[in-house]
Amino acid sequence: MSFLGDVASWFGTAANWWGESGILNRVFEHVQLSAFTMAVALAVALPPALALGHRNRGGGLVVTVVNLGRAIPSFGILALALPFTIELARGIDLFGWEFSPISSGLGFWPTFVALLALAVPPIFANGFTAVRDVDPGTVEAARGMGLTERQILRSIEVPMAMPVVYAAMRVASVQVVATATLGALVAWGGLGRFIIDGFAQQDDVQVFAGAVLVALLAVATEALFAFGERWAIPRGIAGAGDRAAATAG
Amino acid sequence: MITAQAAGPFFRWDWVGRNLGAIWDRVVEHLTLTAIAIGIGLVIAMGLSLVALRWRRTYAPITWVTGILYTIPSLALFALLVPFTGLSTLTAEIGLVSYTLLILIRNIVAGIDGVSPEVREAAVGMGYTRRRLFFEIELPLAMPVIVAGIRIAAVTVIGLVTVTSIIGQGGLGFFILRGLNSFFWTQIIVGVALSVLLAVIIDLLLAGGERALTPWARRRGAG
Amino acid sequence: MSDSPMIRLDAVTKVFPGTDHPAVDRLTLEVAEGEVVVLVGPSGCGKTTTLKMINRLIEPTSGTITVAGADVTAVPAPELRRSIGYVIQQIGLFPHRTIADNIATVPRLLGWERPRIEARIDELIDLADLDPAMRDRYPSELSGGQRQRVGVARALAADPPVLLMDEPFGAVDPIVRARLQDELLDLQARLRKTIVLVTHDVDEAIKLGDRVAILNVGGVLEQYAPPAEILRSPADAFVEGFLGSDRGIKRLSLIAVRDATLVEGPIVDAAATAAEAGAAMAQHGLDWFGIRRGGLVVGWAAGSDLDGGAAPADLEPRPFATALGPDDSLRDALDAVITSHSRVAPVFDGARYLGMLTIEEISREIVQ
Repeated sequence: MSFLGDVASWFGTAANWWGESGILNRVFEHVQLSAFTMAVALAVALPPALALGHRNRGGGLVVTVVNLGRAIPSFGILALALPFTIELARGIDLFGWEFSPISSGLGFWPTFVALLALAVPPIFANGFTAVRDVDPGTVEAARGMGLTERQILRSIEVPMAMPVVYAAMRVASVQVVATATLGALVAWGGLGRFIIDGFAQQDDVQVFAGAVLVALLAVATEALFAFGERWAIPRGIAGAGDRAAATAG
Repeated sequence: MITAQAAGPFFRWDWVGRNLGAIWDRVVEHLTLTAIAIGIGLVIAMGLSLVALRWRRTYAPITWVTGILYTIPSLALFALLVPFTGLSTLTAEIGLVSYTLLILIRNIVAGIDGVSPEVREAAVGMGYTRRRLFFEIELPLAMPVIVAGIRIAAVTVIGLVTVTSIIGQGGLGFFILRGLNSFFWTQIIVGVALSVLLAVIIDLLLAGGERALTPWARRRGAG
Repeated sequence: MSDSPMIRLDAVTKVFPGTDHPAVDRLTLEVAEGEVVVLVGPSGCGKTTTLKMINRLIEPTSGTITVAGADVTAVPAPELRRSIGYVIQQIGLFPHRTIADNIATVPRLLGWERPRIEARIDELIDLADLDPAMRDRYPSELSGGQRQRVGVARALAADPPVLLMDEPFGAVDPIVRARLQDELLDLQARLRKTIVLVTHDVDEAIKLGDRVAILNVGGVLEQYAPPAEILRSPADAFVEGFLGSDRGIKRLSLIAVRDATLVEGPIVDAAATAAEAGAAMAQHGLDWFGIRRGGLVVGWAAGSDLDGGAAPADLEPRPFATALGPDDSLRDALDAVITSHSRVAPVFDGARYLGMLTIEEISREIVQ
């Protein structure tokens, strides 16, 4: 009981909330990087996924991407991202012209690269299958009424694929928020700092408090998406998103 | 610190050669942690699934609770347990088992629900008792879906075992964490590659086991 | 009919929870040993509910049901069900078990010895006219008709005296259905089970039932009688409406060609003259005649074949396109007669010519 009391008083200490290593800044860092990663992932993965799904091309690629994404542990992706970014920061030799695309191989970049590698597969795979699996009768009817391929994709297939795409975003976002915690291992900030620093300092109270914050943020992300589903999904096709879980895992 | 590594080659086979014994020990540890988690997870999931199938109203709360366990990031879940169970195998296993439950329960319940009502009616009509119906008809017919769940759970757990290195366990995650801390890429690559390899092998073995267990699903005829 | 019925429903009522009106209302029904009783009626008439109350898949709200003199509630439901054969529309074969294992289901539940089960499987595969090579196949490898036969074989495995069938042929196409119906009648002629069968198809009820129970919505028994009697004198307007306006034609399926009056027809010997053939055609008002050679009617020729002075002996007899047998029903005969341009059909018993069936004779049977 006294341990939980210690945790409560940790939360009650103003110094733990403010400043660069305070709770508020760590939450901000965590959310900022997660949101940025998701935006980039959507911009990179969704357009080709929808276009390929419309033409039903590249199904084999999708299977490979999904299976790889599932087999590589997120911790492993983060670990592999580090040598990659460190080498980039050290500089690359392009036909005798040496330059460094990123300033530091630690902190932000490896975490971002890892999270991106984590978010792209489920979004790509679900965007692809969602468009591909739109009822062919509906598409044929649209084509028969004179819609162009672009119009079909934009006004028929994409809205009908929304529940699945949305579910994939939900799965990817929760995973990104979860894995951003591990960013502390490569010297990034975010809420993982409390846990990793707590372990290093053998400060169980800080470890536990950090874990509570991370868990709350992840559950909040999940809840936010569940709540947002009410207005994000066109009326009439709600509920179809359940099948995303099978492919997104 | 960064330049310390710069001198050497990116991947050092000599390190691998010198550490084969240690690598093997970590592989065994990795598999042991995984097997225990899946085994215990299956027992608990089967029990909870039976409750959910028997009393339908409990299904929503059961998936709600296990869903939250599934949502909590792995590192946070381990960290929540450490103050109580220490940097121990027990902590690792509690966390790993937690992640299997939602996947397994969903698949067990969906598998049993997927048994066609006419098969069930025919069985009951011929005099099957509830217990025999479950063990002789429903469970075998649900096996493909249940094994699919076990495969996902196993691959997930094999990945998560690496995270337990942070609480002093970890199997192959031991190399990943040490490589991260010392900027020794060879260790990171060995840890990740072997962990992926384990996941693929276990997945294939389970797929093979499913084929052996469900001969009826293999042959398709006039239909 | 024997004195003690095999199955007896006494004032059986079923009210499903959450509904006001009973699905089955004070139904009293007796089924004699060895009899096929068909329950038929529109959807919502409680026919399936009634059937399922016999093997307690549905428990009645009130009333009693006895099978072979014993109250069905006297033993635990699973035990009761093992002693009653059960066939459903979707068959419900176990996809994870081979055909042999499917058939062995109830014998295994009853704990038979292995050799006895094996022997019984062979017997039933033979009885159901299945290829012994199917023994080790899985249900997904069988056609719909084969699956249905396995379903019946499985229901008969422990040799139950009573067989309950819920729309057993509803899921197969009409041609296979007709064949399976014939097979069931065939099987029943040998096994003499007590069968209760549910269908929504009046023709199936008339064809299969020794007695037919017509149920109205809410499980009200409107009429319970042999099919011929129901067709001849429907108890009320509901039964009459349910049988349809073609009731007279339906009745034809109960009358065999052998029971109808046949006419001799314009048959002449191959040795007859053209004038004799012409006279035979004129007598029957037809433009063709049959040719008899060596005591057998071998075919027919058209009157116009004789134009140009040919004699019947010169003609090559044409085979009859449609020929009836004595066991065919008048309903089959009606098809044959209507589709022939001269409105008659020849009847043969094997090679022996019995006579002609005319449209007039058939319509006389309809009116009767």
